[in-house]
Amino acid sequence: MAGKTLYDKLWDAHLVRGNGEGTSIIYIDRHLIHEVTSPQAFEGLKLASRKPWRTGTILAVPDHNVPTIGRDHVQDRISQIQLDTLDQNCAEWGITEFTMNDPRQGIVHIIGPEQGACLPGMTIVCGDSHTSTNGALGALAFGIGTSEVEHVLATQCLVMKKAKNMSVNVRGQLGEGVTAKDMMLGIIRQIGTAGGAGYTIEYSGEAIRALSMEGRMTVCNMTIEAGARAGVIAVDDTTINYIEGRPFAPKGELWEEAVRTWRNLVSDQDATFDKVVYVDAATIEPLVTWGTSPEMVVPIHGRVPDPDEERDTVKREGMRRALTYMGLKPGIPMTEIRLDKIFVGSCTNSRIEDLRAAAHIVRGRKIAPNIVQALVVPGSGLVKRQAEAEGLDKIFIEAGFEWREPGCSMCLGMNPDHLNPGERCASSSNRNFEGRQGYGGRTHLVSPPMAVAAAIAGHFVDVREF
Amino acid sequence: MEAFTQLAGIVAPLDRANVDTDTIIPKQYLKSIRRTGFGPNLFDLWRYLDKGEPGQDSSTRRLNPDFILNQPRYRGAQILLARKNFGCGSSREHAVWALLEYGIRAMLAPSVADIFYSNAIKNGFLPIVLDAHTIDRLFKDVEATPGYRLTIDLVPQTVTTPKGEVIHFDVDQALKHQLLHGLDDIDMTLRHADHIRAYEARRRKQAPWLFTDLDG
Repeated sequence: MAGKTLYDKLWDAHLVRGNGEGTSIIYIDRHLIHEVTSPQAFEGLKLASRKPWRTGTILAVPDHNVPTIGRDHVQDRISQIQLDTLDQNCAEWGITEFTMNDPRQGIVHIIGPEQGACLPGMTIVCGDSHTSTNGALGALAFGIGTSEVEHVLATQCLVMKKAKNMSVNVRGQLGEGVTAKDMMLGIIRQIGTAGGAGYTIEYSGEAIRALSMEGRMTVCNMTIEAGARAGVIAVDDTTINYIEGRPFAPKGELWEEAVRTWRNLVSDQDATFDKVVYVDAATIEPLVTWGTSPEMVVPIHGRVPDPDEERDTVKREGMRRALTYMGLKPGIPMTEIRLDKIFVGSCTNSRIEDLRAAAHIVRGRKIAPNIVQALVVPGSGLVKRQAEAEGLDKIFIEAGFEWREPGCSMCLGMNPDHLNPGERCASSSNRNFEGRQGYGGRTHLVSPPMAVAAAIAGHFVDVREF
Repeated sequence: MEAFTQLAGIVAPLDRANVDTDTIIPKQYLKSIRRTGFGPNLFDLWRYLDKGEPGQDSSTRRLNPDFILNQPRYRGAQILLARKNFGCGSSREHAVWALLEYGIRAMLAPSVADIFYSNAIKNGFLPIVLDAHTIDRLFKDVEATPGYRLTIDLVPQTVTTPKGEVIHFDVDQALKHQLLHGLDDIDMTLRHADHIRAYEARRRKQAPWLFTDLDG
């Protein structure tokens, strides 16, 4: 019998009731909730006179709507209702919630690992597609819709079909100044935004092993942008060292026992994958998206591509529309694209290492006069506190950046932080869809160092030459 | 959930790949705590020429005449014809709610994003995946034929064209059963409550740290 992949092991360990090729009942260990996708689920539960199955597995936090400035008064009345609804539902059912002014509040995908609430070997869900972030811990983590949120509340289970196994093996080493974000954009560039559809991706290889936990989280985070619901990375010393001592992580004998079990969370040598992709880390350069899909991406020294050179008609039309929306012409060097706004934040890139890497570039410099706003939004209150202890906030503020309170912020602009029509932004977030950061806004996805280097130059630059 | 057995209706062709859920229903409408009210804002960015805000009377807004759903020949469309990776991006179920409220109950595409697919099924919306060649041909036929309708039959898993051509599609049998009977899948899972409890008891012995309740 062939060995098991890490995903096979995670799946099998959570099978309540299997059904061969069809749908199975899968047990869920950790349920993260936020204010946007949970209210209708709680309402549904109540309408059907049901109760949550196991409230002790749930961790709630408001993140999408929260203002990143002036938290004593939420200006948007509709946002306030949604935030209040989360507080009420959590209070009613006795669910642990880090409320807006709790120092531990932050983006749900940042605080789960940070608190040790998300652990290797767990199944982790949240009504949010970037739940895939937690796969970096060797957990099976994926986003769900609101009906599924209600299903997990009511049953602690999900009914689903097992995905296929895909291996993305990143060989060799990343070059100097090339980040986990560039690696993931490079993977998406290679396999496309639908490349992972129907699969769970396991990231492996020398370059993945060399990443810190935070870098691995950036990679797993954007798995959904490659079309897969979940991405996983095998447990190693990096994983164990990251978790040890975190508030909700097991302690004492339980910790020893857990670590022994977690060591087995790797794919067997003889495991087989349905699809295998190799990526050469050394060929990856700092990348910048030029269009309205994360696969529309080129190296910093590249140019905006010409749709006329694309043979596939659907793709060609898509490129034309993207160029119109983005206000770009084919052939323009990426380094000549001037920016209006800069955003460093989001569940992809707002952890302490991201802020350190960005601050390292910013130190002693000023943002360019054409940049109308440059935001740094830490991923959590604890990230913010750590950054302040290291003096990073001062580096950003002295350069002309705004230093904000944690939340999803301008990644999707549900709170007051957004792009205005026509504004162009270098963003460390995950989606460059039309209107994502604001109506008519134009998003270019980059790593945090690339975003801040662009803030200083006023246009895109190669951070390696900066 | 409403059962899905058969649907015969006008087909609207949305000729773009990678249509994301941000575009199907933009973020400002996600502030609602209800399951309804999203229909007028389906494809808001493309359907209107101005920026939409929650609570606005959409009948006063300027329509984009170029957008397919605003063209008279596709009025009342119940079936969407789309390109690859439809519904990619965010997990927002509001995208499916918006489509249903608008009146679209099924779609055909060469591929549909995983989370969107499962959200769709749970709401009685049928996404049909067909090979790219067939989808290409349907696009040509729909665009060439005003009033083009398709008939979808879930029991035999067929799509029938106006010329009587029958195209077969695949669907997971458990999901098909759920759709045909409009079953509440929470009820179905709760029938296995004993199995869930037995799993918990077994698992607690293997991995007790997973049963430490959060308390913070």
